[in-house]
Amino acid sequence: MSTQSPSVAANGGVVGSSTPRVDGMAKAAGTARYVDDITFPDMIYGRTIRSTIARGRIRNIQFDFGPDDGFVVVDYRDIPGINVVTLIEDDQPYLVEREVRHMAEPILLLAHADRERLLAAQVTIDYEVDEAVLDASLSTDVMDTVHIERGDIDAGFAEADVIVEGEYTTGHQEQLYIEPNGMIAMCADNGITVIGSLQCPFYMDRALRAVLGLSRDKVRVIQAETGGGFGGKEEYPSMIGGHAALLAWKCRKPVKLIYDRVEDMLATTKRHPFRIRHRTGVKRDGRITAIDIDILVDGGAYVTLTPVVLSRGAIHAAGPYRCDNVRVSGRAVMTNTPPNGAFRGFGAPQTLFAAEVHMERIAETLGMDSVTLREVNLLLPGDATITGGTLGADASAAEVLAEALKRTDFRTRRDAMKGTNRGIGLALFFHGSGFTGAGETKLASRAALELTAGGVRILSGTVEIGQGMRTVHSQIVADVLGIPMDDVEYAEADTLHVPDSGPTVASRTSMVVGGILERCARELLEKLGGLSPQEYFARNGALTVSKHYEAPPHLDFDEKTYRGHAYGTYAWACDVAEVEYDPDTYTVRTVNLTAVQEIGRALHPVLAAGQIEGGTAQGVGYALLENVVMRDGAMANASLTNYIIPTTLDTPRIDTVILENPYAYGPFGAKGIGELPIDGPAPAIVNAIRHLGIDIRALPATPERIMEAACASK
Amino acid sequence: MRFKVNGSDVEIDAHPMRRLLDVLREDLLLTGTKEGCGEGECGACTVLIDGAAVCACIVPVAHAEGAEITTIEGLGGDHPLQRSFTMCGGAQCGICTPGMIMAALPLGSKPSIDEIRTGLAGNLCRCTGYEAIYRAIQEA
Repeated sequence: MSTQSPSVAANGGVVGSSTPRVDGMAKAAGTARYVDDITFPDMIYGRTIRSTIARGRIRNIQFDFGPDDGFVVVDYRDIPGINVVTLIEDDQPYLVEREVRHMAEPILLLAHADRERLLAAQVTIDYEVDEAVLDASLSTDVMDTVHIERGDIDAGFAEADVIVEGEYTTGHQEQLYIEPNGMIAMCADNGITVIGSLQCPFYMDRALRAVLGLSRDKVRVIQAETGGGFGGKEEYPSMIGGHAALLAWKCRKPVKLIYDRVEDMLATTKRHPFRIRHRTGVKRDGRITAIDIDILVDGGAYVTLTPVVLSRGAIHAAGPYRCDNVRVSGRAVMTNTPPNGAFRGFGAPQTLFAAEVHMERIAETLGMDSVTLREVNLLLPGDATITGGTLGADASAAEVLAEALKRTDFRTRRDAMKGTNRGIGLALFFHGSGFTGAGETKLASRAALELTAGGVRILSGTVEIGQGMRTVHSQIVADVLGIPMDDVEYAEADTLHVPDSGPTVASRTSMVVGGILERCARELLEKLGGLSPQEYFARNGALTVSKHYEAPPHLDFDEKTYRGHAYGTYAWACDVAEVEYDPDTYTVRTVNLTAVQEIGRALHPVLAAGQIEGGTAQGVGYALLENVVMRDGAMANASLTNYIIPTTLDTPRIDTVILENPYAYGPFGAKGIGELPIDGPAPAIVNAIRHLGIDIRALPATPERIMEAACASK
Repeated sequence: MRFKVNGSDVEIDAHPMRRLLDVLREDLLLTGTKEGCGEGECGACTVLIDGAAVCACIVPVAHAEGAEITTIEGLGGDHPLQRSFTMCGGAQCGICTPGMIMAALPLGSKPSIDEIRTGLAGNLCRCTGYEAIYRAIQEA
């Protein structure tokens, strides 16, 4: 295993070097075009009219404008196709027909050429109000369940000397991409074109075909430069794009539908709140003999991606530890709150928070050093995960823990801080790379390379959302072909021209799609027969090489029984947080955060460090600051004034250490990296607060929660 | 109303309470200045008015009468900060980047980490955790 600092220089090829990101100058110059920077002749503006109750039925709708006032009005009766946002379950309508299931649910669409008049328009809706289910623990409407069982749980508890139980809860978290959601739709050739801020062009392509009742060739989705996603632009853009399209379809003009920050926070998806109960059997020497975990997920009013979030959360729930007797039971339920959805980490930050705080409590119960407890139980190469998959030689829990301890002089500093207002804590964690189980095989993603007069063009349906995809994919292709970066260009993400490479999610873009492109480049290299791309193109003309995903041979997960290798590989990490506590205000500040992360291969060290630092900062927000206050089924603090994400002064200095333990089936050894970093900061910080003697078991650890816990422990 | 934008005289006919941000983006087509929150919290719309960094989303255009305004377009695209943000990974999704660069300008050359952290406390970035932005500003 090698250690790499983020500024390491090139070692021969361009992979592994921090070449300037290809979209950097346009972004720094302000010339990159985001959806709100784009206009078209005759373009008008759209607005969404939303429910103001959590549950009930629409009785009557009144407008304060008339038919001659220039408004375009769309309701469910204007939908030419089916009134469903196609995803996993066909349960979520584009526009409410009668029954409202959550606050801020879309009911009507308006458009007008004058934005001021559009915003001033009043729509009054009368409802018959029904009692809403707002508490997941009281909901009887189950969306999905998951059950993982291995070994003999009863025998495991019988063998234990001590049983430790605990309940942990996590709240919503808003993705808070700095660019709010937005779309422009326009009719073209009896079809529709939608341009916008999104992560998954082909999700929206499918959704638009269904809502407009159009064939594939009549729908075109183009991704504008996208100002952050973090999962928040995975599924909800299909709703917004559909709305813009319905307006454009009716008025036959381009329609721009941009959310302001309040609407974006009120209406769009958030991280799912979890309640996680642990019951763990341990021997006196620290060996874990039984793990029993119960998970409850608040899905919100519609299914969206909840079953998949529950699944990933469950698979990660026991943490990176070995145990032969395991049971994980999870269920996701419906509540009358805005649907929760994808957010970086996808269920794992919630369950790993619980697992890592619980480890600390087990150590306390045993009177044992919590680091030693982890060392005794951590997963090693050849060990089985809770689904029975065997870990490969690239499993790195021991290495990341050892490096983090050394880097921070953990044990010494922990002892030195005793009795002060400083605390230190750590979290050991892992994250499965790519889709779970056969997910990638089902997606059957494709990517392609085509020759151009100037070199090679990459055709991929995954998109640049800031993570650096264009740069990293270009590095892979340039390196395999042995050509300069400048000879590689990236095709615009336009569903008319690029293949479906699957969604830009699940830490899969570098590892999975980069892997397909690596194979494309190898085949292209053979076909070039020693010529440069430019020479070949000049002599023979166009040449395209297209490849689809091929699963690594060991990926044998059975999603019915939850047995086998759930992921091709895992990335591993250990975070150490040092906090400072103010006993007068009950405020905790993170002073330092060390992130040791093993990611297979850092294809671009600066971009890799950027993923780790950015994800870590989001994790710091999740731990301490980001408190979605739900009142009557809606976010009560839906503004950046009241929902606080980390600023420069809230974000600790982050010491990033990248370790590399190559994955045999990743391009140049790379594993997934995007989500891993957000799994660790919350448990590390809460464990540092625990070091101060304050027992926190819920996120976020706001001053109010810390005060309650501090007073309870006195 | 008259003022200067990026060194050029501008005369516009706008409601005095119209947001400077909208005047820049929609009337003058300077879309490099971004809108993130519309309430002066995120700093994506940071521009300089007479050298001071302000959020253009909460400044009525009347306030700019006679002033000298600098937007990201005024830096020309090859400013040391712009190059450095590209080299150091200071720009990821890029939506906060113009505002970050504008907020970094008044900090002068080689500011300390503490000066940068204080100076940029009104500019939110959700991608970088700020570390790469600090490196970019220190190496510019």
